[in-house]
Amino acid sequence: MNLNATLFAQLVVFLILAWFTMKFVWPPIMKALDERAGKIADGLAAADKAKADLAHAEKKASDELRKARESAAEFRSGAERQVAQLIEDARTEGARIVNAAREAAEAEAGVASQRAKEALREHVAILAVAGAERILRKEINAQAHAELLTQLKSEL
Amino acid sequence: MAAEHAPNASEYIVHHLTHLNSLGHKQAALVDWSVFHLDTLFWSVSLGLLAVLILARAAAKATSGVPGRFQAAVEILVEMVESQSKSIVHGDRTFIAPVALTVFVWIFFMNAMDLLPLDLLPKLWGGVYAAAGHDASHAYLRIVPTADLNATLGMSLGVLLLCIYYSIKIKGIGGWVHELFTAPFGAHPILWPINFAMQMIEFVAKTVSHGMRLFGNMYAGELIFMLIALMGAAWAGTASGALLWVGGVVAGTIWAIFHILIITLQAFIFMMLTLVYIGQAHETH
Repeated sequence: MNLNATLFAQLVVFLILAWFTMKFVWPPIMKALDERAGKIADGLAAADKAKADLAHAEKKASDELRKARESAAEFRSGAERQVAQLIEDARTEGARIVNAAREAAEAEAGVASQRAKEALREHVAILAVAGAERILRKEINAQAHAELLTQLKSEL
Repeated sequence: MAAEHAPNASEYIVHHLTHLNSLGHKQAALVDWSVFHLDTLFWSVSLGLLAVLILARAAAKATSGVPGRFQAAVEILVEMVESQSKSIVHGDRTFIAPVALTVFVWIFFMNAMDLLPLDLLPKLWGGVYAAAGHDASHAYLRIVPTADLNATLGMSLGVLLLCIYYSIKIKGIGGWVHELFTAPFGAHPILWPINFAMQMIEFVAKTVSHGMRLFGNMYAGELIFMLIALMGAAWAGTASGALLWVGGVVAGTIWAIFHILIITLQAFIFMMLTLVYIGQAHETH
């Protein structure tokens, strides 16, 4: 245990080694560490962003789906309403046509029966006259009995 | 002493505690600034270069991508030092943190020399010495630089210089001198000499205890290894000798395992105190 000049040599060596470490060891390692920390931070941020994007996309997709479902339902109910309207219209139109047809037929039938009645009246009058002529076998003045016949005709 | 007879216990220990110095024999005076301990210088410089070159190799190959095991190990070390220095020193740490890292790794390497078999390198050196035509019993070699007070005080003196440098850098020469005379007791002129004396005592106590703590631990550890080695050397055919030999193996194993803790702890303590002292230089009283 003696003190000697080794002490100062050791001091100088100490400072040189510390300088060397400061110059060549510390900066590259700290740089690598900081860069890696930066990379990890970036990676985490990217992961967070991707997660947020995914959530956003999912929300958007579900929104779109809901909107599509809503518009489909809207279309369907619109179509149903339209169909019902069409059916209703057709029914009304059909009823109208049937009525018109019925009325026309009734009118025609009325006219025809009137005409038949007229014709019948003629025939009946003629037949009556002919019958009476034959029964009486005497000439009957048609003109004298015309009023009577007309009256008879209107009574039929 | 002649080479043919084996040294007794006292001679063995004295031989192992004698440095290889520039005189060629044991330094007579307690303090002699013309002498160098060649063994301490050789081993501390070699281990220091080994330490910084290993670190530099890791630094040169460092990538910010996925690190290998070697790089990860160095990174753990660097981050440990970085977090400690950050919590202790408040200021520019571009030099201080590397100083702490250097101190920790270098002292760990120097302490770790204690775990090599006690006689391995001295015996090899003795062989080389004898082959060169000298008396092998004068082939001194101590391989644990931190068990040399010169090495540890040299480093603690380095820390003291850094403390003074940073005190002046942070507070200015005037501010530092002002602090020397006014802290810790106050600015009253009567207190100036007392303050100054206290500051000087503080500096000396810090530096000496810093160096002595490491030296004392490693010196004592080395000495215990020597005593254990003496137990092993008692193997001489007698029953008690054999028992001592077994005791030496058991004690050597336990002490070596315990020493793994001590060498790491002492390196860590030296580093932490370095940071604390330099950190104190950054703070105004």
